Amino acid sequence: MLRPRIIPCLLVREQGLVKTVQFGAGKYVGDPINAVRIFNEKEVDELMVLDIDATAAGRTPEYKMIESLAAECRMPLCYGGGVTSVEQAKRIIGLGVEKVAISSAAVENPRLVGEIAASLGTQSVVVVLDAKKRGGRYEVMTRNGSSATGKDPAALAADCERCGAGEIVVNSIDQDGTMSGYDMTLARAVRAATTVPLTILGGAGSLQHVADLIAAFGVVGAAAGSLFVFKGRYRAVLINYPNPAEKDSLLAAARRAS
Amino acid sequence: MITIIDYGLGNVLAFANSYKRLGVSVAIARGPADLARASKLILPGVGSFDHAMGLLNRSGMRETLDELVVAKRVPVLGVCVGMQMLARASEEGREEGLRWIDGDVCRLDSPGAHLPHMGWNDVAPLERGGLFDGLESDSRFYFLHSYYFKTDRPADVLATAEYGVKFACAVRSGHIFGVQFHPEKSHRFGMRLLQNFAVHH
Repeated sequence: MLRPRIIPCLLVREQGLVKTVQFGAGKYVGDPINAVRIFNEKEVDELMVLDIDATAAGRTPEYKMIESLAAECRMPLCYGGGVTSVEQAKRIIGLGVEKVAISSAAVENPRLVGEIAASLGTQSVVVVLDAKKRGGRYEVMTRNGSSATGKDPAALAADCERCGAGEIVVNSIDQDGTMSGYDMTLARAVRAATTVPLTILGGAGSLQHVADLIAAFGVVGAAAGSLFVFKGRYRAVLINYPNPAEKDSLLAAARRAS
Repeated sequence: MITIIDYGLGNVLAFANSYKRLGVSVAIARGPADLARASKLILPGVGSFDHAMGLLNRSGMRETLDELVVAKRVPVLGVCVGMQMLARASEEGREEGLRWIDGDVCRLDSPGAHLPHMGWNDVAPLERGGLFDGLESDSRFYFLHSYYFKTDRPADVLATAEYGVKFACAVRSGHIFGVQFHPEKSHRFGMRLLQNFAVHH
């Protein structure tokens, strides 16, 4: 049986890992390679690494860093950040990354999704949509949440799927780093509009939040940053992840609830 | 020596690192000369069928690989698209496959199960020992694909998985092996499988 995926999402800024709150200034949480090594030991389902400054700073992907991350990862790796062309996506897949995520570039030019999918296969193309509540509705934002697009996340996710996206990641800017739970309304809207694998990011603060998401959606990607890098009330940096037994009981509980 | 074929695609370093952890020495082949000492081969692959076949055909290693695998019967393990490349052809593309195992790669269409098939799924080996030694029960692997290997001979199916339908997720014809999932990205289950390939075949 195919299982839901529980996915740590690591944000890279200036070669270090950071964790943001509502896309604001990040707190330094450590070294990426070191984090990957710990997540290897914890048998993580999958790992997502997003270079959050690449696009905003107009940079190309840091291939050297991506290559060392991919070589270190004993779990599947999804990389995003600064990818704006088919050539870049090909090069990243060539470094041993399983999936390439595009965000701003996909929003600005959905055809790029199709071009990458045609060359690499849909399963390797992930579209990340950063969504924010604005005046009672959701809007897709780009460039680290600084640029409003006027586009509805569910409609845009459906467009990206039609173009060839193999997975949609929806990231709630409002929930980012708050650890107060996923935005289930946003998740439901995007799920209803798409059929490809869906991963929800933003807001998970406990394994219960992960269980709630799985109970509501079944086979889904439950991604989280803060949950897997902080421990306790004072947000001490401690890389953590449910062990296999905890994960099994979490999945079983979610299954009973659904 | 186990030799990982580096034709510009796939997790060459992830395989190398996995074997390093297992204490098994490996070589990486980027040209025909690097294949001279290969006692076993690993053919990785991600992405689309045509992209992968095109790169392999242009790598300069194609002829030597055919000779090693077909004439000299050097064991080979194809992984993900590397497995699909063992076939005659794929519905995903127009390139010809390696034709090392009789069969074609078909789209994994099944009602209610949306593509791509992405994530950790149970794998049921059809025979004990060999590549799945110690993995006979409760083994799971990471999948990321929309196509699967449809073998001409049912006997060439080594393991199955279920995603809407039951499909071949591992194939074998003599010394030629393929797995649809990613052992190099499947933690202890994958490590065991890679170790089995090193030890048993």
